[in-house]
Amino acid sequence: MKAAARVSTLYLIVFNIITINFSTARASSAPSTQPASQAAVTVKIENFAFLPKELDITAGTTVTWQNADDVPHTATSKDNPQVFDSGPLDTDDRFSFTFSKPGKYAYYCKVHPHMTGVVVVK
Amino acid sequence: MSNYIDKDTSNDGIDRRGFLKCMAWAGAGMVWAMKGGILTARGFAADAATTSESDFSFVQVSDSHIGFHKGVYTDVVGTFQSAVSRINALPVSPSLVLHTGDLSHLSKPAEFDTVAQVMKSINTQQSFFVPGEHDYFVDNGNRYLERFGKGTVGTGYQSFDYKGVHFIGLVNVANISNGQTALGVLGNEQLEWMEKDVAGLGSSTPIVVFAHVPLWTIYEQWGWGTQDAARALGYLKRFGSVSVLNGHIHQILQKVEGNITFHTARSTAFPQPAPGTAESPGPMKNIAADKLRSYLGLTRVDYVEHSGMLATTDSTLADAAPATQL
Repeated sequence: MKAAARVSTLYLIVFNIITINFSTARASSAPSTQPASQAAVTVKIENFAFLPKELDITAGTTVTWQNADDVPHTATSKDNPQVFDSGPLDTDDRFSFTFSKPGKYAYYCKVHPHMTGVVVVK
Repeated sequence: MSNYIDKDTSNDGIDRRGFLKCMAWAGAGMVWAMKGGILTARGFAADAATTSESDFSFVQVSDSHIGFHKGVYTDVVGTFQSAVSRINALPVSPSLVLHTGDLSHLSKPAEFDTVAQVMKSINTQQSFFVPGEHDYFVDNGNRYLERFGKGTVGTGYQSFDYKGVHFIGLVNVANISNGQTALGVLGNEQLEWMEKDVAGLGSSTPIVVFAHVPLWTIYEQWGWGTQDAARALGYLKRFGSVSVLNGHIHQILQKVEGNITFHTARSTAFPQPAPGTAESPGPMKNIAADKLRSYLGLTRVDYVEHSGMLATTDSTLADAAPATQL
């Protein structure tokens, strides 16, 4: 009995080490200057509008657009060359893009071009 | 009550009495007859006479949105087929069928295949298509043009003649994808093509223009208009009879400007709110399932050659079958 208990404790320790290694690897791939809580923001697409319409973020932030409407939309960069294009987002579909360089990124919905938004990266 | 205009104060071919009378027919099915700038409105009872006098008729279907499946709008194939059943029940088969765009919801191959199958089941000589933005934005219209672009040029526009009437199918959804405007765009290349296309026609030739997004600005905030439509309409000013048939807004709206009559058709899939009456132009909510069919429909157009007259009849999927009504 004693031997069996010792073996399972050992497994537990090994498992813990692996877990720690994993999270270290993930943390190191994120930009070191950004606190984890600010590295991701969501833009909701609702009632044919991007919410918020203007989004201020710091470089390295990942923006996720989420379509809460019952018709398809896109989040498509107006820049030439195009910086990002979500392609068709049906209801509840998401699209993420990480902004690495500062700038003003205007975008719109290809299906409903009266829907516009801008991401300001500092 | 007279069917003719008796007080045309603004010289636009429509008077208050006529307008209100026409509005009374909205939603129940109506006939618009047009000769020059003069409009007459009649109920379905007078419809049979129009049918027997006309040289040919054609049908407009629009916004079938095959692939859409939300809320009460769970059977867009079924409602599209109902529209087809109504066409096939007409006492005289229409010579042509025009589909004014948004055939599909997301340009998926299976969606286009279903549209093609349903259109094939219509008793008519030939069907013609123009794309809507839903047929275009996913892949710049590639799949649409592969299947429905036969005989068209450029982004999918075309013209043809049928029994003396010149039909022009325009594409105003191809260039909106550049994000420079909220409205539909025809573009310079297509407009130049159109100018040449009508150049050789006599001014008495009746013209039917069909396109997805309305060619008159209905509500700019929702993108319900075409940025460079004025140039296209300029080429048509000299013609005695011009009818412009559009879809996109999933409801009936009409306007007369000189010799040009504008008309938008109902969708066969889902209705959209009247301009500015809702937060967004999304599918109307709070529609009871048993009332849905009264918001969906199709348009029939009769042409009488000797008078150069076009009569437009809108009917909903909830109206009694045409055979019993006529």
